[in-house]
Amino acid sequence: MKYVDEFRAGDLAEKLARQIASEAHADRTYHFMEFCGGHTHAIFRYGVQDLMPDNVHFVHGPGCPVCVLPVRRLDDAVELAEKHGVILCSYGDMMRVPGTKQRSLIKAKADGADIRMVYSTLDALKIARDNPDRQVVFFAIGFETTTPPTAVAIKQAEAEGLENFFVFCNHVLTPPAIGHILDSDDFAPGGPAKIDGFLGPSHVSAVIGSKPYEAAAEHYRKPVVIAGFEPLDVMQSVLMLVRQVNEGRAEVENEYTRVVTREGNRKAQALTGEVLELRESFEWRGLGSVPHSALRIRDAYAFFDAEKRFTVSEKQSRETKSCECPAILRGVKKPTDCKLFGTVCTPENPMGSCMVSSEGACAAHWTYGRFRDPARQKADAA
Amino acid sequence: MNMVDKGVSVRAGNVDMTHGGGGRAMAELIADLFQRHLGNPILAQGNDGALLEPQSGRLVMSTDGHVISPLFFPGGDIGSLAVHGTLNDVAMTGARPLYLTAGFILEEGFPLADLERIVMSMARAAKEAGVPVVTGDTKVVEKGKGDGVFITTTGLGVVPDGVHVSVERATPGQAVLLSGSIGDHGVAILSKRESLEFETEIRSDSAALHGMVAAMVEAVPGIAVLRDPTRGGLASTLNEIARAANVGMMLDEAMIPMKPDVAAACELLGLDPLYVANEGKLVCICNTYDADTLLAVMRAHPLGSDAARIGTVVDDDANLIQMKTGFGGTRVVDWLAGEQLPRIC
Amino acid sequence: MCLAIPAIVTALEDGDMAVVALEGIKKRISVALLDEIEVGDYVLVHVGYALHKVSPEEAERTLQLMAEAGILKEELEEISGGAA
Repeated sequence: MKYVDEFRAGDLAEKLARQIASEAHADRTYHFMEFCGGHTHAIFRYGVQDLMPDNVHFVHGPGCPVCVLPVRRLDDAVELAEKHGVILCSYGDMMRVPGTKQRSLIKAKADGADIRMVYSTLDALKIARDNPDRQVVFFAIGFETTTPPTAVAIKQAEAEGLENFFVFCNHVLTPPAIGHILDSDDFAPGGPAKIDGFLGPSHVSAVIGSKPYEAAAEHYRKPVVIAGFEPLDVMQSVLMLVRQVNEGRAEVENEYTRVVTREGNRKAQALTGEVLELRESFEWRGLGSVPHSALRIRDAYAFFDAEKRFTVSEKQSRETKSCECPAILRGVKKPTDCKLFGTVCTPENPMGSCMVSSEGACAAHWTYGRFRDPARQKADAA
Repeated sequence: MNMVDKGVSVRAGNVDMTHGGGGRAMAELIADLFQRHLGNPILAQGNDGALLEPQSGRLVMSTDGHVISPLFFPGGDIGSLAVHGTLNDVAMTGARPLYLTAGFILEEGFPLADLERIVMSMARAAKEAGVPVVTGDTKVVEKGKGDGVFITTTGLGVVPDGVHVSVERATPGQAVLLSGSIGDHGVAILSKRESLEFETEIRSDSAALHGMVAAMVEAVPGIAVLRDPTRGGLASTLNEIARAANVGMMLDEAMIPMKPDVAAACELLGLDPLYVANEGKLVCICNTYDADTLLAVMRAHPLGSDAARIGTVVDDDANLIQMKTGFGGTRVVDWLAGEQLPRIC
Repeated sequence: MCLAIPAIVTALEDGDMAVVALEGIKKRISVALLDEIEVGDYVLVHVGYALHKVSPEEAERTLQLMAEAGILKEELEEISGGAA
């Protein structure tokens, strides 16, 4: 596959590994947070950690929209399907996430709710067209990459005069989340966690450009390298971060130049801005309330807003006790620090979102990396 | 409910409750459709049970329910799949399949033309395999209580002397062989799925492997394990074997054959090909010194032309399947809880 | 997050739609988020939409940079006759 396979070449990986090892100063450690769940997934799937020197560590960030969706919002989606009789269309990622009392979309579907997995908003629009006597709600999640398709869908619905298509909007924003993490006590000097730099998200940046990270880099004095999606991109970006740290720089650099520009996709940004606007604040699972970090549908398109069309009940949504997802999402704890990891909480029986989404830190560690845990091997052997 | 004077017309109309009623409509359906296409001397005996020839040697029996959707897909349908699936289950014990049975549960309203297509396909598959469907059953359930058609097949076979293929025989040091490319069937099915549709030339690899297996056990009677990776993909099968045999495995990603289109479809949908279904491939675990012989036998057969050695059985109490990635690092190939779903993240 | 894959545009259709190919796989997607797309362009595809063009020149340049890793260090060592 062009522009994919070349960036997975093992021989280049070896060279980059040697270069990183030679440039990383032996007398210190480097902690780089990969914000984006896709990077977490790539790191584990290709075993990129194996190619890093011992003093370079990845800190897994909260860039997994599935993981950070508040339980209450998922419960609302389930309620829309169960109590309002809508056809709820959802991306595959959300289907198995457990909400309150472990209730997920897939369980609700098994109990008779009309919940359909779609690949694209285009499919949801089609379902609305094909079922004029039913109401169709699209469960919109995702960062800035996934947001423009939702905006386009709403505009398309308006253009076609579709009266049975609605969107339950849960889109969230990346730069505010990065800022929020760095503002927290965890990352204060001397605090429990450490980040020396960020691997910036690949495809969020394709849409928003590299510019939005500049304020954060300057304000927090942390380097950001926008990294492509493939394992070689990740390694090249680590090299660039190591160099910035060594040279005391805190700039925004772009490794993913084949797709990311400083300005991003202006058309996509404009379309998004036309249909959606900032929420005052939004609760992120694990991060708490983050100001100006999420989007809602503008009044001009209020007709399509599922939150205005349908009333969902006030809920007391609960996280599972002892679930360390909040700390893990912030990069403060590791999956193995959680009492539930691997005992009660497994991919078969996920307690929190970090285990359900395949790029959640816990799921990724379980699926790809747990054989490295010495304690685990002993436990398994017993 | 329409009893046409000359009997049931099988090309028009749908299955209705009389077809399962045990009366003339059912008998005519059986004669005009099942017996006509599946026809063989044993089926033609016409009794409730089929009388079979005496066999010497250890007998193997296997049964499978087929509940797939869609019923028709590129490269096959539920009829051919049912035949291939059970023949393969029997073959994975090292046995030579001798007879098949087929039970149909039909949903009221299912088009008879489609049923005929399925039965003809089943007949073709059985004929090509040289294994007759010797007895069967038909029932009809009310509309809404079935998914068009469910088929259950059972196979009977005989294991040659000296052959002991069984999962617990997997031992550290042995070679892990794979007969060909992974993910073809799953991608073919997905390409037709609503809300995922894409255009591809990929067809299901659904095929009967017993001929190739017969050649393999003849060349190397000491084969330790045979298993066909179906639902859940190669990863699930290897994990099952590892758990049952209390071993681990170390695989080499670069050696696992995969068609470029299958890789591309998986990338597009966010699927890991190791977990995508196959229907015409097998995993063989054998002593290292037998590996080259078996690879040659497989490659000489049309169903094994891409056969490769993909790894080695290792000692591991945690029963992990590990894999050296094409990139140079190592990852675990885990045992998935449920079906893999396409993802956007 | 944001699984996206580069694919080549093989046909343009009305209503801001296009057909893209990845190896032999073809899929209809929306190009509503891009202007001036031509057959033969590579685009990044995410949830059925083209998000951005892929620049062949930049792809080449990035691969070059990666390939230089390791070589550069050796060259530097030669020049300075030891530690760089």
